[in-house]
Amino acid sequence: MATVVATNETLLVVGGGISGMTAALEAAETGKDVVLVEKGPALGGRVSRLYKYFPKLCHPTCGLEINLRRLKASKRIRVLTLAEVRKVSGAPGNYAVTVSVAPRYVNENCTACGACGDAVSTEIPNPFNYGLNNMKAAYLPFSMAYPQRYVIDPSIIATGEAEKAKAACQYNAIDLDMKEEVLTFNAGAIIWATGWKPYDAAKIQPYGYDRFANVITSVEFERLADPRGPTGGRVIRPSDGKEAKNVAFIQCAGSRDRNHLTHCSRICCMASLKQTTYVRERCGDDAKSTIYYIDIRAIDRFEDFYQKVQADPTVRFVKSKVASITEDQKTGDVILHGVDTEGYHRYDARHDLCVLAIGMEPSVDVRAIADVSVDVSGFIEASIPDGGMFGAGCASNALDVNRSVQSATASAMRAIQVINRVARAEG
Amino acid sequence: MTELNHKMVEQYRNDFLKEVEANVEEGDWVKMCMQCGVCSGSCPFGPDWEHPPQEIFMMIRAGKRDEVLRSESMWMCTSCYNCIVRCPRELPITHIMHGLANYAHRLGIAPKMNPTRRFAKIFWDNIAKNGRVNELDLSVKLYFMDGFKKGVKRAIEMSTVGLGMLKTGRLNPFGLVAHRGCKDKKGIQKMLKKARELEDRRRGLATRGA
Repeated sequence: MATVVATNETLLVVGGGISGMTAALEAAETGKDVVLVEKGPALGGRVSRLYKYFPKLCHPTCGLEINLRRLKASKRIRVLTLAEVRKVSGAPGNYAVTVSVAPRYVNENCTACGACGDAVSTEIPNPFNYGLNNMKAAYLPFSMAYPQRYVIDPSIIATGEAEKAKAACQYNAIDLDMKEEVLTFNAGAIIWATGWKPYDAAKIQPYGYDRFANVITSVEFERLADPRGPTGGRVIRPSDGKEAKNVAFIQCAGSRDRNHLTHCSRICCMASLKQTTYVRERCGDDAKSTIYYIDIRAIDRFEDFYQKVQADPTVRFVKSKVASITEDQKTGDVILHGVDTEGYHRYDARHDLCVLAIGMEPSVDVRAIADVSVDVSGFIEASIPDGGMFGAGCASNALDVNRSVQSATASAMRAIQVINRVARAEG
Repeated sequence: MTELNHKMVEQYRNDFLKEVEANVEEGDWVKMCMQCGVCSGSCPFGPDWEHPPQEIFMMIRAGKRDEVLRSESMWMCTSCYNCIVRCPRELPITHIMHGLANYAHRLGIAPKMNPTRRFAKIFWDNIAKNGRVNELDLSVKLYFMDGFKKGVKRAIEMSTVGLGMLKTGRLNPFGLVAHRGCKDKKGIQKMLKKARELEDRRRGLATRGA
């Protein structure tokens, strides 16, 4: 049975991505007790699935490693994985929180040796790679997963597969009798760092994401480029496994569109500019990247990065929102149709692969579990009337990693003030 | 100011957008266009337009009054509404195209021989006169609008359709001499006249013929 010691002076952080980890660490390092609740089996969130960050093109594993080291050094953070907040009641300084914890079927004895994974043969879609490949039903979520412990997928429980996994474990780490647990505890303040999810690309009907194999999203492209991803870092077409050299990027796929998401998702311009460097990195001068855009939103210091990409002769910019995509069934090539704004030329452009720079939307509607207010796009408003709950990172707005971390730190600051008030009142 | 200065000021005077906002149906939406180009790319007749909608919006903002109003482009619109459905800013593009065409026509500078304009005029005169469409009169006028020879040719081409309509009672064979119209023709005509007066007053136009 998981136990959580929490008081009215404890801060609850919901979501274990970069924003939630940051908020939890900042608060803990000022001496506050924190409970960090993560729905998935490991911390790291969407950031851990990126190949590189913009604009410095460094690897997210580096930042993740620093944060994990801080986390391991802090005695004040209690991390709950596979845990979801079900209900929040009460008022600032005195919340009652109900959390359900799904069974992992693997206990603390696990050394991540991988014997259980070798023993089972059932495969399931790998959510870490956005379902681009399959993985064993006994798995480590990803190489840097924290906690560094395997998970047995519930789909093989009560089958011979689970027994095989148990038999293979030398450390007595597999416990197939684990059940869902429901915990209730107190918290003085709550930070919602529940993050974002990619907009459902299939809803953009004329782009045929659901019909054409070689139309993929930017998050999927990121996984293809990652050496630890499903293709070992080879950027290949889903239709035939051929290397993609001539890649189209469509900006505002779902964003800035009253038929889809009304807001600008902010990261997509920089993400596509960054992803052209992946194509260049692999194909050299043979690379051809084309960015179809309404306007490029690379502000402040990002302007330098934009100019660098503009100077690359393998990258072409077409000022036009693509009207529709068709597929050449013989070759699997995608053909983009539209009219450009610089001269009003009609084009039917053939590409190996088309990447939709997909928009961001809030991953969950927190209103279902707590009394928060959201804006028209569903992002949690910065100042929640309640006064003891705060949005952080992409739960509060479409933000890049840098600004998510700033937002998380700001939320931690506000939450600490609430907790300090409680502490003074309780003397 | 020198004469040259005056000339340059006149050249760059740009009140066409304001004129469109004041006089064209849904014209106040033109400034909302962000030039993404989805309308032009989505239009099934797109390749046949001299200036696709996105370009027309830019031309309006650039003050190209004559080029816009004398253009055949907006007369190409078939009201399929694909552009309205796709526009990320929900501009009523179809309505704006018809609004521009109508405004150019009212000013008397729309292309005289544009077939869509001529058909629209024939249709309007037909329905406004009797309060109900006279199919035979409409078809005869439409087929023969380019002269007798072409009219006969078109009539022969369309004869199977005509016979079909005749058989199913959709076409009155004596329409040219015995079209009944609606019950209160005078009332309809009065109503249309009043509506025109109100619209012209709102737009600040002198009332004149359709």
